[in-house]
Amino acid sequence: MVNPDLQQELHGQYEEATESFGMPELRLRAENLLAVVQRLKSEFGFELFLDVTAIDHVERSPRFDVVYHFYSRPLNARFRLKVAVPENEPTVPTLTTLYGSARYMEREVHDMYGIVFTGNTDLRPILLYEGFVGHPLRKDYPMEAEQPIVNYRQ
Amino acid sequence: MPTTHPPAVRSWLENSADPESVVLNIGPSHPATHGTIQIIAELVGETVKRADVHCGYLHRGFEKESEHHTYHKVIPYTDRLNYCSALNNNFVFADAVEKLLGLTITPRCKVLRTLLSEYSRIADHLTCIAASVMEMGAMTAFLYMMTVRDYIYEHLNHLTGARLTHSYVRIGGLARDLPQGWLERLEEVLKFTEEYIARIHGLLDRNRIFIDRTRNVAKMTTAHALNWGYTGPILRSTGLAMDQRKDAPYLAYGDLDFEVPVGIMGDNYDRYYVRMCEIDESISMIRQCVRLLPDGPINVDDRRVMLPEKEYVYTQIEALIHHFKLVMEGIHVPAGEIYVSHESPNGELGFYLISDGSTRPYKLHIRAPSFVHMGGMHTLLEGYQVADIVPTFGSMNMIGGECDR
Repeated sequence: MVNPDLQQELHGQYEEATESFGMPELRLRAENLLAVVQRLKSEFGFELFLDVTAIDHVERSPRFDVVYHFYSRPLNARFRLKVAVPENEPTVPTLTTLYGSARYMEREVHDMYGIVFTGNTDLRPILLYEGFVGHPLRKDYPMEAEQPIVNYRQ
Repeated sequence: MPTTHPPAVRSWLENSADPESVVLNIGPSHPATHGTIQIIAELVGETVKRADVHCGYLHRGFEKESEHHTYHKVIPYTDRLNYCSALNNNFVFADAVEKLLGLTITPRCKVLRTLLSEYSRIADHLTCIAASVMEMGAMTAFLYMMTVRDYIYEHLNHLTGARLTHSYVRIGGLARDLPQGWLERLEEVLKFTEEYIARIHGLLDRNRIFIDRTRNVAKMTTAHALNWGYTGPILRSTGLAMDQRKDAPYLAYGDLDFEVPVGIMGDNYDRYYVRMCEIDESISMIRQCVRLLPDGPINVDDRRVMLPEKEYVYTQIEALIHHFKLVMEGIHVPAGEIYVSHESPNGELGFYLISDGSTRPYKLHIRAPSFVHMGGMHTLLEGYQVADIVPTFGSMNMIGGECDR
């Protein structure tokens, strides 16, 4: 089993370990993120950074969870990391130093949730356009809001 | 909200480029950037020195929309992710919801979904290769592949009622069973495909012009591909046999006998060749599925997700209420979170779904292979010629709907 091994090895660096539908998951603090991912990559072969996204828990404090997914070829396993970030200071360290693919995916999360990835030098809008107000995937962004880039014809 | 006229996203290349070099903009609306993408390249002579790839022109807010629709109403949206192989997207989404519900689909449905996944894969690979060789001037190969692809789409139309956006899946099953004569026609189409694939091999494999345009162009190593998040045929073209159908068999892939084709050099030619070999494997897998296809129901017998039979809806009040609740309220999916991924034609297609117990997803995020692939494409353009941008971009098989969501 992947999960108990990882839990033992990474003991002390995470806050909580769970598993859902066969996917091991660790919840950790933002300051431990880089160290843990570094170890996952070099010691456990999590060389493929699959995905990063965020979850908006409107009622909760801290409000956001940044969610990472990794894949390890030697272990043939996927793995999830979660970092909670508060609304007033939504920052996590960037993973661009470890994975090239983080560059684009972090830009998307920055667009959609306003999470700032410290160290990522290129956080220009990617799916949205420059000058877009707000972060559309936050729960308090209304579905009906329209921001046409060119005014509608009258 | 007030409407303003914000500037387009600027590229850092405009300011940081060497004054001696030329900054060239390609796209978002350009014949070779099928699917709207913008490539800004700094050129020294004919060589690309640096490139900035920008996407997002087709963003439609898929993930936001999904949070406001019931689970069944999300299915048509998933069609419009990778519209060249809509069924694959359908099946991943259904799989994610079914796992949260704890449903096991029927054996017939399982084999049928596998068969249709592979059928769509053929159509997707044909589209990709056809488009990229057409841009290199191979008009005959393009028309051959488009002919085959249209036979497949017409055949899927017979089954699902739509050529491209099928919406054929239902949570816990499929929309309808196979129509009469569908499997016989399937064998005809497969024979036709094999014949045309052989012709395309003859036209392209040893064609001097094609080799010169693709061999040793946009080459990468396995480590490079992993670092930039490449999956699917692009990763396999570098020589790593990583395929979820083998590594973590889902649907009926565990019962099928197939190979995972890999390349050697990870260049444009290998990406073409890996896709061609995958078409052969898919044809073999479809034939195995036809042999394996068991009789029986295609839908699970579970009142939480399945609409009652029409004859009862019209005659019994309980069935009518049941029907009404399922249509108006939707399916109640137990709270939980899940990441489900399948090997889509483009690579790992993952659905990260969070349910809060209601009838709508709390969050639905798509790990779209095209989007991740575009993130590393500049590394494959830099150092090559301007003319290589087009075949390299073609071999990435970027699908706008999936990339920009």
